[in-house]
Amino acid sequence: MLSAMKYASPTTVAEAVDLLGSEPDARVYAGATDLIPQIRAGRPEPAVMVDLKRIERLCAISGNGSTYTVGAATPTADICVHDGLAAAFPGLVEASGLIGSDQIQSRSSLGGNLANASPAADTPPSLIVNDARAVIAGPGGERTVAAADVATGPGTTSLGGGEFIVEFELDQPPARTADAYLRLIPRTEMDIAVVGAAARVTLDGDGRVAAAAIALGAVAPTVVRVPDAESALIGNEPAGDALAAVEAAASAATNPIDDKRGTVAYRRQVAGVLARRAVSIAAERARERGGQS
Amino acid sequence: MTVTEPKPSYKYVGTRPVRHDGLEKVTGRARFAADLNMSGQLHGIVVRSPHAHARIVSIDTSEAEAMPGVKAVIIGDDFPAVEPGHRQYDMCINVIARDKVLYEGHAVAAVAASTRDQAQAAAAAVKVEYDVLPAVLTIDQALAPDAPVLHAHMMTAGANPPAEEPSNISNITRFSGGELDAGFAEADLVIEREFTTQPVHQGYIEPHACVADTGQDGHTTIWCSSQGHFNVRSSTATLLGWETTRIRVIPAEIGGGFGGKTTIYLEPLAVALSAKAGRPVKMVMTRDEVFRATGPAPGTKLRIKLGVQSDGNLVAGDAYLIYTNGAYAGPGGLLGAMTVFESYKIPNFEVEALDVVINTARSAAYRAPAAPLTAYALETMLDELAEELGIDAMDLRLKNAVAEGDPSTMGFPFARIGFVECLEAVRDHPHFTAPLGPNQGRGLAAGYWFNIGESSSATVNLNEDGTATVVTGSPDIGGSRASMALMAAEELGIDPHDIRPVVGDTEAVGFTDITEGSRATFATGMAVVEACRKMVVELRGRAAKMMGADIDDVDWVDGQAVYTGSDGDKDPLSMAAICAKAKRTGGPLTATGSLEAHGAGPGFAVHLCDVEVDQETGVVRVVRYTASQDAGTAIHPSYVEGQIQGGVAQGVGWALNEEYIYDSDGVMENPSFLDYRVPVASDLPMIDAIIVEVPNPAHPYGVRGVGETGIVPPIPAVANAIYDATGCRLRDLPMSPIRVLEAITANGGSNGS
Repeated sequence: MLSAMKYASPTTVAEAVDLLGSEPDARVYAGATDLIPQIRAGRPEPAVMVDLKRIERLCAISGNGSTYTVGAATPTADICVHDGLAAAFPGLVEASGLIGSDQIQSRSSLGGNLANASPAADTPPSLIVNDARAVIAGPGGERTVAAADVATGPGTTSLGGGEFIVEFELDQPPARTADAYLRLIPRTEMDIAVVGAAARVTLDGDGRVAAAAIALGAVAPTVVRVPDAESALIGNEPAGDALAAVEAAASAATNPIDDKRGTVAYRRQVAGVLARRAVSIAAERARERGGQS
Repeated sequence: MTVTEPKPSYKYVGTRPVRHDGLEKVTGRARFAADLNMSGQLHGIVVRSPHAHARIVSIDTSEAEAMPGVKAVIIGDDFPAVEPGHRQYDMCINVIARDKVLYEGHAVAAVAASTRDQAQAAAAAVKVEYDVLPAVLTIDQALAPDAPVLHAHMMTAGANPPAEEPSNISNITRFSGGELDAGFAEADLVIEREFTTQPVHQGYIEPHACVADTGQDGHTTIWCSSQGHFNVRSSTATLLGWETTRIRVIPAEIGGGFGGKTTIYLEPLAVALSAKAGRPVKMVMTRDEVFRATGPAPGTKLRIKLGVQSDGNLVAGDAYLIYTNGAYAGPGGLLGAMTVFESYKIPNFEVEALDVVINTARSAAYRAPAAPLTAYALETMLDELAEELGIDAMDLRLKNAVAEGDPSTMGFPFARIGFVECLEAVRDHPHFTAPLGPNQGRGLAAGYWFNIGESSSATVNLNEDGTATVVTGSPDIGGSRASMALMAAEELGIDPHDIRPVVGDTEAVGFTDITEGSRATFATGMAVVEACRKMVVELRGRAAKMMGADIDDVDWVDGQAVYTGSDGDKDPLSMAAICAKAKRTGGPLTATGSLEAHGAGPGFAVHLCDVEVDQETGVVRVVRYTASQDAGTAIHPSYVEGQIQGGVAQGVGWALNEEYIYDSDGVMENPSFLDYRVPVASDLPMIDAIIVEVPNPAHPYGVRGVGETGIVPPIPAVANAIYDATGCRLRDLPMSPIRVLEAITANGGSNGS
């Protein structure tokens, strides 16, 4: 148990890539809030634990007016108190603030949350509705992919050998646009999503939906987009029948499992409820934001 | 808020000084069992069964013994054989399995090595060959005609006619009074309901831990946290076949027990490993082990029938209770039977209770064992009756509540009790009539626990400067040091902080039973008072000598010896002055009190709970909670309130989310605080604790135990509140979001108020 592992703390992306290239059984970590419990639960220990938090680029938040860049290992606690991100991506920020507890959030990160590839992770649905891009470093240099394309199943990703997420790029949302994230847990905190729902809505000048994105967590092997719900909203006010259609489409889009945290029927029903509520909240925020971009 | 009736005016009892052990605990300096380390110590790890039910064919320890750092390996055969019928047979074969494992997590061997990693590696290398048997995992499976029998010797006790074949029913308890059929015939309304509940864990934060150091002289010292170190000594002695004098147990601070540390798991293994290795051995359970191998409170199936007249008079009650106690005989059903109808005047009743064994961890006590579940059934049914009859739920309870002189179902008449006062305290609280918001509901429920006395000892030593040390044998699991100091202060007339309350080890103080049945402040408090009263007599005698007076002319007033005779004026003598001259007046000032306490006053509690239900997700949040409880006399009101609030917190968790989840092979699926969901702080509102003081006539200060009763009403209070908010009666625990949403959906959708 956490006995004979070596620890490495590179300070540049290149150094980390080299380390991973020279040591086949190395594993990167950011907050290790998933890794340590997994090892304690019996997962084989890596020979080398590579701490990404000493690399400045991975723990930075910056914006150039059109795009925000968030380091993959940035503590979610920092995201929670970032005014610019809170204004542009309130749903992503509220998802970041739901992970574990205050103590966990001082360690947990967007990169870890996505790369751990838990179907129940809180921030991936919000990354996905905001069309976040993941910048990935590896032996072949850097590449950029949609955040939606990183996780491929429970515990599996499209990351290649020696690759890790460096940062996320999030474009400043257009006018009258906002997101929201809701999750269902039996407690008020310190829990894992039974269902999670992220929504992003762009309204036109008349208050009708011009664009929408809805993504569900914990109801399928990976985050589920709900195109039927999105198209049901387009051109309509986010109310009444349109919201009922969102709820029905979201429930229908799920592919959940029965486990100790929830049942198929419960997850399906609640996914619809949370999707509908998330759309309502996002639309209300979008109205409040008005023409601000 | 405190509701009191006239009582003597005390100087210290009833005040709220800072607890003596407080600073060390909040700064993290207090030593709990896992904080203790000894030079040269080894680390012990238990090898546990992966199977819920299996015969042990063979155990091969040779590979483990040859591994780096390994100093000792032990198995069941290293301990004296025990046969069914042995006084502590179950405890012995639970601490380490012999021929069979009876649940997943059952200890089959233990390893001691220089490091914990080495011990873990060696534990994994112990080869156990199992003949896996079909597992019995539910009450229904246990009672099925063709059920596998866990214990070939288990002939049902209390069966009529006597059992001729072994079965999984360890015990049947029957009580009755009046004429049941005649009672139901008098009823205008009869309802019968069934309930199921799952095992739950006590959820103490501190895992079981100990260090044992066995010398070449064959004597051992154990440092551990427990609810009773004398019991650790006797159980360890029994399991090892040792004389009591060879074992000294030194209590560490305890990080929660709630009943779960009234039994032992690790200590005999640590002693045996230490004896074999010749080194101290430390053992600390992981949380996973705590869940799999210790604790849980029983799961149940309950069926109750109640008959009531149209004016609200309860006339008949019939209860059929089945409790699982895990893989061994246990008292769940017996205790359920003893509590189910105890709070109300029900002239005609029958109770039949079965204790059933299944292939899960051996149940341990948990705050008012069994009572929260019978209360869940009875108190939700009372609400149904009240609604059906058009009688207010509070009025129905007031009408039927037991009071002084009423016969209990156990046959004895109640002495002075405070049930009605607890009901009235809640009725008169602003919460009772406060408006509710949308989707909110309010639930009322009462609870009862009988409390117990047992053996306690205390020693009072006066120090050279006139301060005092009070040594007792009760571990401080809920602020009892402060309570002991307050009672001693009241008797001796000195400030509580001039008294050092100490928990003495098994060689430092007289025998003291486990801290259970809410008995420490009651019974050990009586021993302290007895010792102090002897001390006061001694102090008066010493002062008389110093004054040259007769002892009968010396009173003890407010911490001073005061001359009351007619031979002129004499200056009073302080405790310090008397202690300073002790060498010239007879030597050290020491007094002891040892007693078997009788008259533990029953505890009653009445709770009022507001919930808000998300009608679309089934999530229930407790938004307001008020709890009254009869403490007799609150020695330190802050810790009485803490006990009430803690009981509520645990009861709310039991109501809403806590449960053991097993897979089809009996392997526990949620052995962590992530998936075994106790409430977190943000799940609960501030709990308004109302201390009701109806003094217990059997205690010098009127104390009733308060540690347990507070966990009895929360489950039905929450259930009744959920009904009020949703129109749905939930009769299966836990009332999780899934269950609540299913009920709302089955009921035709949301029914928000």
